[in-house]
Amino acid sequence: MSENSNTNVVVERLRAWSPNAISEVIEFRGETTIVVPRNVLRDVAERCRGDKELRFNLLSDATCVDRYPLEPRFEVNYQLVSIPRSQRLCLQVRLSSGDPVVDSLVPVWPGANWLEREIFDLFGIRFNGHPDLRRILMPDDWEGHPLRKDFPVEGYRDIPSIATRYTRNRT
Amino acid sequence: MTIQSETSTVETATGKAKTMVLNMGPQHPSTHGVLRILLELDGENVVKAIPDMGYLHTGIEKSCEDKTYSQAITLTDRIDYLNPLGNNLAYCLAVEKLLGIEVPKRAQYIRVLMVELQRVSSHLVWLGTHAIDLGAMSVFLYCFREREEILKIFEFVTGQRMMTSYIRIGGLALEPPTGYLQRVEKFVKMMPGRIDEYEELLTGNRIWIGRTKGVGYISADDAIALSMTGPTLRAAGVPYDNRKVFPYSSYEEFDFDVPTRTDSDCFARYMVRVAEMRESLKIIRQAMKKIPPEGPVRTDAPGIVPPEREKMKTEMEALIYHFKIFTEGFSPPPGEAFAAVESPRGELGVFVASDGSPKPLRVHFRAPSFINLQALPTLIEGKLIADVIACIGTIDIVLGEVDR
Repeated sequence: MSENSNTNVVVERLRAWSPNAISEVIEFRGETTIVVPRNVLRDVAERCRGDKELRFNLLSDATCVDRYPLEPRFEVNYQLVSIPRSQRLCLQVRLSSGDPVVDSLVPVWPGANWLEREIFDLFGIRFNGHPDLRRILMPDDWEGHPLRKDFPVEGYRDIPSIATRYTRNRT
Repeated sequence: MTIQSETSTVETATGKAKTMVLNMGPQHPSTHGVLRILLELDGENVVKAIPDMGYLHTGIEKSCEDKTYSQAITLTDRIDYLNPLGNNLAYCLAVEKLLGIEVPKRAQYIRVLMVELQRVSSHLVWLGTHAIDLGAMSVFLYCFREREEILKIFEFVTGQRMMTSYIRIGGLALEPPTGYLQRVEKFVKMMPGRIDEYEELLTGNRIWIGRTKGVGYISADDAIALSMTGPTLRAAGVPYDNRKVFPYSSYEEFDFDVPTRTDSDCFARYMVRVAEMRESLKIIRQAMKKIPPEGPVRTDAPGIVPPEREKMKTEMEALIYHFKIFTEGFSPPPGEAFAAVESPRGELGVFVASDGSPKPLRVHFRAPSFINLQALPTLIEGKLIADVIACIGTIDIVLGEVDR
């Protein structure tokens, strides 16, 4: 299993660098997720990108999972790809509902810009040090964060039905 | 939005006093949908560009959370409407990974065949619309003529021209009809000559070269830093293709090249995509030889994959499974899975998280158009406004996928 030995390299490298860098390693269906404490996320990310034996140079994706009503409520996942080493890795950071703030990874991978804006827009997670944290998909004056589990699928707004609009126009 | 109206002036990096703000879109024909770009212009030069989107945001990811795993397939068709089969494949691969099930080889090869046909059709739409943006009307008509042939094959095999939902969890929706390979064969024989025709019209065309060569340059390092993938990255000289690097659906058994270029301009991206069409035809030819004439197209996973119609009529268990799949759905074990495929636009990834219930906890689509569009300001800032149109076209965005 070359996949596993590669993974161990990543875990060992990070553990050797700092014993606090990894709080948990999840192996599921051949994928490795490294759970990182919130305060060291940016350092770990920089390490993953810059370390000569890791070289995760492409940030493929960033997304969030809302585990409401469980705590810690939010999981932010960063999918990394190392093009020279042909390997994937997932970095995960867990955030509580009371303080959904994490360091932005834009200084490490500039491509994180819009991905983090999307997470901010849809989940309401704030990214420290993000250069341009605005809504990206929802209108600027939208209230709430629609992908949160406590946001109803049909939304909050009371939109009048077509029938009532039609009668209103006629009178 | 930082730039408010057409008359306001903004501080510029160059310190020039008079700049004009131009609101391009959301209804501009060359934005391929509803993309709005705020352009700050100094004469004809673009000083700053701010893309603004969300006009097509339909909350597909939220809707997926309210559907069972199988029901959500129909939503995936509508994300990137030029690549519905590729979206089906990415989503199904992610759910199959979550469930830990394998798909029969025959179904895998048919998946490859269909997805590669889809890639050709998507590149044809790209080539046609990109050419029409830059003033070459006839290429558009020829490209759509050939695309029609592909859509006819899709209609024959899947029953639908566009929103196919053909690739399902655990295999395919139905056995392909008799004679579909002959149709594909006819198409594959006709297509190389047609690609030569497009190249005759464009590759040596002086206007085409003038509009695309040296336009929209981005270095390989910048492209990787901005998370670009797909033909745009390969035109910068990075041979990153998911089909080769992380093979899925038996792509490792196929022999094909990953076309790359080093110029990293609009012309290089055009050449990469044309070469990719030829490579896709190569894969289709191999897939046609590989597909066994008979065999299952669905995996044998009771409770997840709907049983055969014949069995439903004769076996009690099959009937119960059928009823449960379509009323309650199935529950994958709790966990998270990320599957990525190479869509015509780049790396299309699907992230699925399960909490052990029949509905997904979270479905996320890593939309290549959305992330590639992020590089647009880098491509156009400091360049002419006429090049903006060439650059939007060359990224090959589908606004349905950008906004989801």
